[in-house]
Amino acid sequence: MSVLAQQLLLGLLIGGLYGVAAAGLSLVFGVMKVLDVAHGELIMLGGYAAYFAVALLGLDPFLSLLVVLPLSLLLGVALYGGLFGFVVRADEETRVKNSLLIGFGLALALHALAVRLWTADERSIVSPYAGAVLSVGNLSIPVIRLASLTIAFALIGSLHLLLVRWRWGKAIRATAEDWQAALLTGIDVRRAYLLAFAIGTALAGAAGTLVTVGYSVSPSIGLEWTLKALIVVVLAGLGSMLGTFVGGLLLGVAEAASAAAFGGPYREVVGLVIFVVVLVIRPRGLFGR
Amino acid sequence: MLDVRDLDAGHGDIRVLSGVSLSIGPGEIVALLGPNGAGKSTLLNTVAGLLRPRRGSVTFEGEDLHRLRPHLVVERGVALVPEGRRLFGSMSVEDNLELGAFAPRARTTRRAGLERVYALFPDLQGRRRQLVRALSGGQQQMVAVGRALMTSPRLLMLDEPSLGIAPRLVGSIMDALVEINRGGVAVFLVEQNVQAALGLAHRAYVLESGRIALQGRAAELARDPHVRRAYLGPLAMRQ
Repeated sequence: MSVLAQQLLLGLLIGGLYGVAAAGLSLVFGVMKVLDVAHGELIMLGGYAAYFAVALLGLDPFLSLLVVLPLSLLLGVALYGGLFGFVVRADEETRVKNSLLIGFGLALALHALAVRLWTADERSIVSPYAGAVLSVGNLSIPVIRLASLTIAFALIGSLHLLLVRWRWGKAIRATAEDWQAALLTGIDVRRAYLLAFAIGTALAGAAGTLVTVGYSVSPSIGLEWTLKALIVVVLAGLGSMLGTFVGGLLLGVAEAASAAAFGGPYREVVGLVIFVVVLVIRPRGLFGR
Repeated sequence: MLDVRDLDAGHGDIRVLSGVSLSIGPGEIVALLGPNGAGKSTLLNTVAGLLRPRRGSVTFEGEDLHRLRPHLVVERGVALVPEGRRLFGSMSVEDNLELGAFAPRARTTRRAGLERVYALFPDLQGRRRQLVRALSGGQQQMVAVGRALMTSPRLLMLDEPSLGIAPRLVGSIMDALVEINRGGVAVFLVEQNVQAALGLAHRAYVLESGRIALQGRAAELARDPHVRRAYLGPLAMRQ
């Protein structure tokens, strides 16, 4: 019993990371109607940025976020200016198709670039509190994962406040709901797209940081994270960042439960099953508009 | 103040408007009548910048609008209340109104704008924190007109404001338009309810199959046999 509880707890802890990984994808897709399949590669780049921030600057692993977030925000601005800004000029159907082409191309290019620059080796950070564990009853909670979940929640909470309170946050939500109506209220919709994409990329960077700190980073992690993020987006639905976070937690727990019930290899299967079942039964997702 | 010259516009390969010219002077209320599919919404959307004209020009106070992106058309003082209201349903009444004052020029008058809207539609004041999608059709239309007013327009265009709202509320929307017009805002009104529109307007245009078929003073058009037969129905014919 306590073994199962322990596994579910670990699932919950990694679920926060899924939530952050999915939040960026959800924001970009919800606002721009553009599916950025290179999102996982952006997470990978964030992971390397965190690795080097720790290795070269000697920062505390979690404090490396202070470097990674602004860098990935800038990367987002550059990618929008160079690539995705052209996609949003097309009508909505063409947008999704073109964004898939551009996204796959970008994913391949970033993957190849990462192998070239940093080799295909896995890299990880040795953090000062790597082995620390909190014991609560029979459960043991790795400090690093608990910190990671806390930061994930703080990031999503701040994003939520940003979208609800900030002037441009409201503009981003308005654009997501009806971009033509947003134009008619005087919102520069292309700037709302730019902001959404930059914030989405910053979230990918944050997710990458948490991946590197808690696990490890290599050039090939991108696809796996794109897939996880996509499953969470489908599960949670568009329109609510808190919903996306809860979706991430659910996926983490569901993975742990299925690994416990059917054995380790089935951990990855449950996500795909959820993906199909949600699309069939409730296409707009659990919390979607 | 608004001059539309020789305008061709449409969606994709379909040409909807051909050679449309019309003008609206400061402080005027002008109605645009015509059957479904005549191109009334296309005309408003083109003026608002949502559609690019194929040919012809749209100028507002001497400046070309048809080269501007839509949010800049709003900034110049031309607002559109679109067909079907197109509100942000997951946001509160006040958030919707405040988004109307998003552009820099309107932002400076945001406070005064809110007071003006609540004075015009007292119903909304008590509901400012409610989600828009919980409101009735008529109340939503008030929010839609209010949101456009918040952009502090000099020309307010409305696409079928009485569509899908309770008859007793149509009157209060129309009264509000007269009130807005008294404040010096020109009004360009597309309306199925021809009787109400002609009762309100100074002048009117009739658009049929993408061309201006008739134009004139509202009172004269209301007596025109063609207008009476086509738009005012058999009851009006017998009178």
